[in-house]
Amino acid sequence: MELDDLYRRVIMDHYKNPRNRGSFEGDAVTVNLNNPSCGDRITLQLKVEDGVVNDAKFQGEGCSISLSSASMMTDAVKGKSMEEAMKMAENFSCMMRGQDVGFDYDDLEALSGVNKFPARIKCATLAWNAMRKGLEQQTDSKE
Amino acid sequence: MNATMNASELRKLFPILDQEVNGHPLVYLDSAATSQKPIQVLETVRAYYEHDNANVHRGVHTLGSRATDAYEGAREKVAAFLNARHSEEIVFTRGTTAAINLAAASYARSVCGEGDEIVITPLEHHSNLIPWQQAAKATGATLKYIPLQPDGTIRLQDVEATITPNTKMVAVTYVSNVMAAVNPVKEIAAIAHKNGARILVDGAQSTPHMKVDVQDIDCDFYAFSGHKMCAPTGIGCLYGKKELLEWMEPVEFGGEMIDHVGLYESTWKELPWRFEGGTPIIAGAIGLGAAIDFLTEIGLDEIQRHEHDLAAYAHERLTEIEGLTVYGPHAGRSGLITFNLGDIHPHDVATVLDAEGVAVRAGHHCCQPLMRWLEVTATARASFYLYNTREDVDRLAAALVKTKEYFGYGIG
Repeated sequence: MELDDLYRRVIMDHYKNPRNRGSFEGDAVTVNLNNPSCGDRITLQLKVEDGVVNDAKFQGEGCSISLSSASMMTDAVKGKSMEEAMKMAENFSCMMRGQDVGFDYDDLEALSGVNKFPARIKCATLAWNAMRKGLEQQTDSKE
Repeated sequence: MNATMNASELRKLFPILDQEVNGHPLVYLDSAATSQKPIQVLETVRAYYEHDNANVHRGVHTLGSRATDAYEGAREKVAAFLNARHSEEIVFTRGTTAAINLAAASYARSVCGEGDEIVITPLEHHSNLIPWQQAAKATGATLKYIPLQPDGTIRLQDVEATITPNTKMVAVTYVSNVMAAVNPVKEIAAIAHKNGARILVDGAQSTPHMKVDVQDIDCDFYAFSGHKMCAPTGIGCLYGKKELLEWMEPVEFGGEMIDHVGLYESTWKELPWRFEGGTPIIAGAIGLGAAIDFLTEIGLDEIQRHEHDLAAYAHERLTEIEGLTVYGPHAGRSGLITFNLGDIHPHDVATVLDAEGVAVRAGHHCCQPLMRWLEVTATARASFYLYNTREDVDRLAAALVKTKEYFGYGIG
């Protein structure tokens, strides 16, 4: 078990300098999600218009893995259609199961090492689950 | 009884401790979550299944008698261990959680109503909090909290101020699984009784580590788990004063707990079996009996002294690390230490420690309200038992220094 597989430089960069941390004024899809086994929590906001995620911000508390994952996710989904964003979340889950997947947001691949630390997978997936939930809410409200 | 226990010798009786984790000899510092099991307990459970396994309290065959004797023998060991007056005051349950739920569902929900109060503390583990929350909601009673001092201790004057003649039930932990504080349960019980209330003591973190005397405390209920005290998982106990248990209705119905069953009405067995519906946790109870023999032979006072020594040493070594915060009082601590290392999230701390072969707990420790009171989202916790040594503490301290170097930011 190599710690450096888990804590890569790019992860620590996102942890120390999180992108998209904060909240929006006005309308946005808002999701609160907890990780009840460890106390991590995230509030994710998505600005969705015409089926496209125009912007994303998050607030919350958590470990380096959950916060860096949130930072990367919010960056990665910007400008993506809802389908593309959902597909990306699915790919992320596949990566957590050890499958080889590619992203057009390169930093995400740094999180592939989490797969070797089973206890930490739920940290990495928290933000992605929040994003899925947010897009599902958006779809439901449109129907 | 040994004059002084020798942890290095004792740890050889725990086969699981003899292994490497991530290339380092395992240092197990998570006994407050669950303890490891000595050969004596493992062998007793194995021998039961190999020679005596049968269902209890039914049938006339020889194995059935042996199993029944062993199961009821374990109950007597528990009664003696807690210094209960009668063995029928011991109800076997799945663990502390099930024991507290039984007392809350059967006793508290029957005696509480609108205008009554249930009093607990912010220290409580979720298992000694939610059953009372739910009982209060169901009965219209008010849930009240005894306030804590800044170091997480309880002052008797605050207990006096919180418990009133309207209080029907008080539930408090003997030892906090986060703050390590040992609460004055005997004094709290006296205040509860003075006001006509009953008291349940959560013994999950006390029973494995110190002598417990339920008659001396004069608690009405006492709950604990076997798995934190060298016994298998899935066995625990609710002690209840006989007159209360006699009065209480069962909450689980079925086989083993009945006297007469009619088409429309049934009656219940004597204590304690009316609370043990279904095939009981036979092997678990027998394993618990073996664990009690094991701990009694070493001596609970010796175990407590050893753990206090380790906790004091850990406090000294850990507070040497710049940026490390220890939670809980300075004095009167039990054998665990809860901390945070600068602003490094405890998950990250625990992961780096694990890479060094050191197992600690990280998270909210099933105490979300207490974490909010401490104004943290999570903490790391090292907890000690009879098989831990000063070398284990040294390994922890060295791994923490390494963690700090690894993360190398924000602190120090």
